Amino acid sequence: MTDGLPALPTLGPVTRRVPPSGARRLWLPAVVTQVRDETARAKTFRLAIRGENVDRHLPGQHYDVRLTAPDGSTAQRSYSIASAPGDGSEVELSVERIDDGEVSPYLHEEIGVGDEVEVRGPFGGWFVWRGDTPVLLLGGGSGVAPLMAMRRYWHTQGEPVPLRLLVSVRRPEDLYYRGEYGPETTVIHTRRAPDGDGRPVGRLTAADMEPLLAAVPGATAYVCGSAGFTEHASQLLVTLGLPAADVRIERFGPG
Amino acid sequence: MARTGFGRGQLPDPRLPPGQYDTGSSWPVLTAEVSPKLTADNWSFRVDGLVQQAKTWDWPAAHRLESSTWSGDIHCVTSWSKLGTGFSGVSVDTFLAEAGVLPEATHVVAWSHTGYTTNLPLAEITGGRAWVVWQHEGKPLPHEHGGPARLLVPNLYFWKSAKWIGGLRLLDHDEPGFWEQRGYHELGDPWLEQRYSGD
Repeated sequence: MTDGLPALPTLGPVTRRVPPSGARRLWLPAVVTQVRDETARAKTFRLAIRGENVDRHLPGQHYDVRLTAPDGSTAQRSYSIASAPGDGSEVELSVERIDDGEVSPYLHEEIGVGDEVEVRGPFGGWFVWRGDTPVLLLGGGSGVAPLMAMRRYWHTQGEPVPLRLLVSVRRPEDLYYRGEYGPETTVIHTRRAPDGDGRPVGRLTAADMEPLLAAVPGATAYVCGSAGFTEHASQLLVTLGLPAADVRIERFGPG
Repeated sequence: MARTGFGRGQLPDPRLPPGQYDTGSSWPVLTAEVSPKLTADNWSFRVDGLVQQAKTWDWPAAHRLESSTWSGDIHCVTSWSKLGTGFSGVSVDTFLAEAGVLPEATHVVAWSHTGYTTNLPLAEITGGRAWVVWQHEGKPLPHEHGGPARLLVPNLYFWKSAKWIGGLRLLDHDEPGFWEQRGYHELGDPWLEQRYSGD
């Protein structure tokens, strides 16, 4: 019997159950309606998804993108949704160019307005936020993309709960979504800061984090970026007293 | 410029399941939770549930069991595969034999010291299909890859190979784990491309 055994450990309640039907999500055609440069190495693609009953995403979720070559071979990658949830038919995906990659250079060089790709989603049930609890968002480089979906949703909802966003970039020109941030956002620079920036360049510190944590009592933290950034930032949060159970991590990019 | 077409002009590697690519010598780190403060000194592995006798092994006790190695390919649901890699540790069969599996057991929940869980049919982790491993390519398993010890179930997508493995609970029913409750496939066979629920 398994009665009387200690409860299995858990990382917390389920935040999003799959559709009760268990229905398979299908690949859907999507037409590029806009392309924007975020940095010299990153573009945002706005996609109009063709299909009925496209699910509205939750901030933090991702789509899989599939390309098919003339010989029929395919490649697929997951990209976080950077836009706030709309009616589901249009989403924005930010894509960092990985020079020796197979998919991102093709998207950057060959895909423009009017071109079609295939998408499948939205997926993800852990790194998601419904917009109704205090949050601290920590993004490293391209890891800001799913956090921007959260920040944009929060803004369109009238900023109803405490939210703080910290973005760590190497240099000022590496910052995605420039010009869109408000006073809720802190940008730190690890290699070169803009003139007049009071903070010494360098990686995220407890001093960067403490005022943000104080501004969002009871917050859940969402940490996204490279393995190095997420490991450092998440351990710092725990050191500063945030329970590990209140930290959600999404790791991007090569290990 | 002319459209060059996507693809690298290479023949697909027959070791790659559908939709996967070869990540080469790199090994991406993907984790949903804060890494635990776990070392060989405080690590333990427990088998309980539908067994004759629940058992817990600490690091020295687990290392006294017959060692076993595995070489082959691993596949992550995020679409990378790492080809021709090797691990060593102890076969799950060895742990289960010591605890004595009851005939009514059909599934397990593998759990991690962090609270992460994943579900597996018993038949997918017995008969030389799963290991508790503490070495990769002859070196201690790195902490970010689940060291000091992780589960290895190479026939399934790698989220089933729970990092920082803490134990297996044998059950007479299937109980979805962390990702399986959040939109990912119950089984996760890469050759059937069972990535998400309903695939």
